Amino acid sequence: MMALFLRDLKLSVRAGGGALIGVLFFMTVVAVIPFGVGPDLNLLSRIGPAIVWIGALLSALLGLDRLFQAERDDGSLDIILMQDTPLALTVFVKCLAHWTGSCLPLVIASPLLSLFMNMNEVAIGAVMLTLFVGSPALTFIGAVGAAVAVALPRGGLLVSILVLPFAIPVLIFGVSATYAAVEDPAPFMPPFMILSALTLLFAALGPVAAAAALRQSSD
Amino acid sequence: MSTTSLVISKVTGLANPTRFLALAARMIPWMAVITVLLFAAGLYMSFASTSDYQQGYTVRIMYVHVPAAWLAMMCYSVMALSAIGTLVWRHPLADVSHKSAAPLGAAFTLISLITGSLWGKPMWGTWWVWDARLTSVFILFLMYLGIIALNRAMDDPGKAARVSAVLILVGFVNIPIIKFSVEWWNTLHQPASVMRMDGPTIDKAFLWPLLVMAIAFTMLFFTLHIAAMRNEILRRRVTAQRRLAARMAGRGEE
Amino acid sequence: MGLNVENLAARRGDDLLFSQISFELKPGEALVLTGANGSGKSTLLRVVAGLLRPEAGHVSFVGAADGEARPAGEVSHYLGHRNAMKPELSVDENLSFWQDFLGDSDGGKGLSILEAAEEVGLGGITHLPFGYLSAGQQRRFALAKLLVAYRPIWILDEPTAALDAAADRMFARLVSGHLAAGGIVLAATHQPLGLDGVKELRMKGFAGTVQDIAA
Repeated sequence: MMALFLRDLKLSVRAGGGALIGVLFFMTVVAVIPFGVGPDLNLLSRIGPAIVWIGALLSALLGLDRLFQAERDDGSLDIILMQDTPLALTVFVKCLAHWTGSCLPLVIASPLLSLFMNMNEVAIGAVMLTLFVGSPALTFIGAVGAAVAVALPRGGLLVSILVLPFAIPVLIFGVSATYAAVEDPAPFMPPFMILSALTLLFAALGPVAAAAALRQSSD
Repeated sequence: MSTTSLVISKVTGLANPTRFLALAARMIPWMAVITVLLFAAGLYMSFASTSDYQQGYTVRIMYVHVPAAWLAMMCYSVMALSAIGTLVWRHPLADVSHKSAAPLGAAFTLISLITGSLWGKPMWGTWWVWDARLTSVFILFLMYLGIIALNRAMDDPGKAARVSAVLILVGFVNIPIIKFSVEWWNTLHQPASVMRMDGPTIDKAFLWPLLVMAIAFTMLFFTLHIAAMRNEILRRRVTAQRRLAARMAGRGEE
Repeated sequence: MGLNVENLAARRGDDLLFSQISFELKPGEALVLTGANGSGKSTLLRVVAGLLRPEAGHVSFVGAADGEARPAGEVSHYLGHRNAMKPELSVDENLSFWQDFLGDSDGGKGLSILEAAEEVGLGGITHLPFGYLSAGQQRRFALAKLLVAYRPIWILDEPTAALDAAADRMFARLVSGHLAAGGIVLAATHQPLGLDGVKELRMKGFAGTVQDIAA
């Protein structure tokens, strides 16, 4: 399993890998927002956490469609399906590798983009923490979409459409935890705990569902 | 010295990468020494200079910020010239030149963005504002990263060079926008004070360290650029050798 | 003991590709599937590997060690039309990944990567990226993948496609070595494999519609 993790990580960093593209997309999405809403710093700092979260959400979905499709294209998926190790475990490890290769760079880039949004130090820390805790949920949800769409030739857009509705709860609690950290009356812990619970729930549910979908799609 | 690589690629049109490698091997040590000396002088002058009566010590950030910003734009101009070399003369050195300049440009742009926001926090009270100058430089940074990503995404270096050359030339419209943004729009960033038609408006006490630092940064760029080009040529030769090794393998038994 | 296939049937759409296929392979035996394109060779192999669900019948493998029946896929190597190797990674990285990921089945041990590369005649170039290699070399390393982790059953779909005559002989040597060690080989091909004493199953394709089974 460690071998699978390391291989997927290597692939994401090697030429043509998704790590750099994801961060670049993240920066570009966040950078166009001020052109749309205007450069008012107070407004930007108010909507900043939401913008950074939405940018991270979209970037996290970007490379997901290749999660299983790349394996299918070169025949590796067949061999992975045949093993007696539980398929859900294999999917879980693949998700972890994808998160480390594609989502962790987003978490690391988020403070920089928060500065562009004129957010204060507490808000920056809160965005980084909530993204760190919440983004694995996005990967696990996305794995289900990627598994469902694995046999489709142009599955990329479809994966995003399938996954986005399920990602909404993560977005809600991620953003509300960040705002709770900045604005006094609302407590930070309740939404943050729910966000953590969502990640744990999807970490258990996502790989099982994705494994079931992969078994069905074999032809 | 600064235009050696361009002279080779444009005037003669004959220079082959091997001759370039020999030239680079001779030049790089000298250029590195000159760069170090210039930086020693420039940094000494920067720290010895008086502090500004308004800005205090933070004025010294300027000695890094301004040269880095100039270099960010000059690097793009070098890349644009190389891109013309790629598209018009199809010269292999031009391909190598703009590919290896992109990471350097991104680094200089990042330095100017970081030093700018370090200066902006005490002076303007914020790390970042979305005014025309800052935004256009940030877009320049994104363009550098985009070009790097494009080069990485393509297997065939020749094709990658031609495609990214087109992208570089299209993106060149951003350079005059950056240069004149402080005059066309009313921005928070101060207007140019050194490169002006009617002579510099900056005080001599600040001008000299700035100029020395600017020359030091320029030398640093060309040293790194030639070294990066050499590395890229060597990297391509290694790739070619490995492909050859793959073709030769298994021939013996037939 | 061995691979047991009973009354297997599979369909594509509403048509049955084959039905009532039964065979038994003991350790050291090989079966070659022949037949025209579209006669269902690949489908039969994928059903045996457990990648497709059969319409009827079942496939099982009884190991020498425990005498328990288990799905054949778990103790099989499957080599399909594609090589299951990543062009971005070196041959060495590819093979060592599969070696770690697959592990050895009971009753055997895989070769080291170096030995496996020597076996397929490409010892010196495991450090190269897989994508640099020619189609024939890639196929040879895909065969080396069968050697680095032990599996009693080899399921091979057109294994000698893209291979030249020398590589064909190398492949025949690998297969006879595997059979001599008590392995089982199930292969689909329309080229002669150059093996003696193997069973042959001729696939005819279209075996009626689904309604025929019910009737």
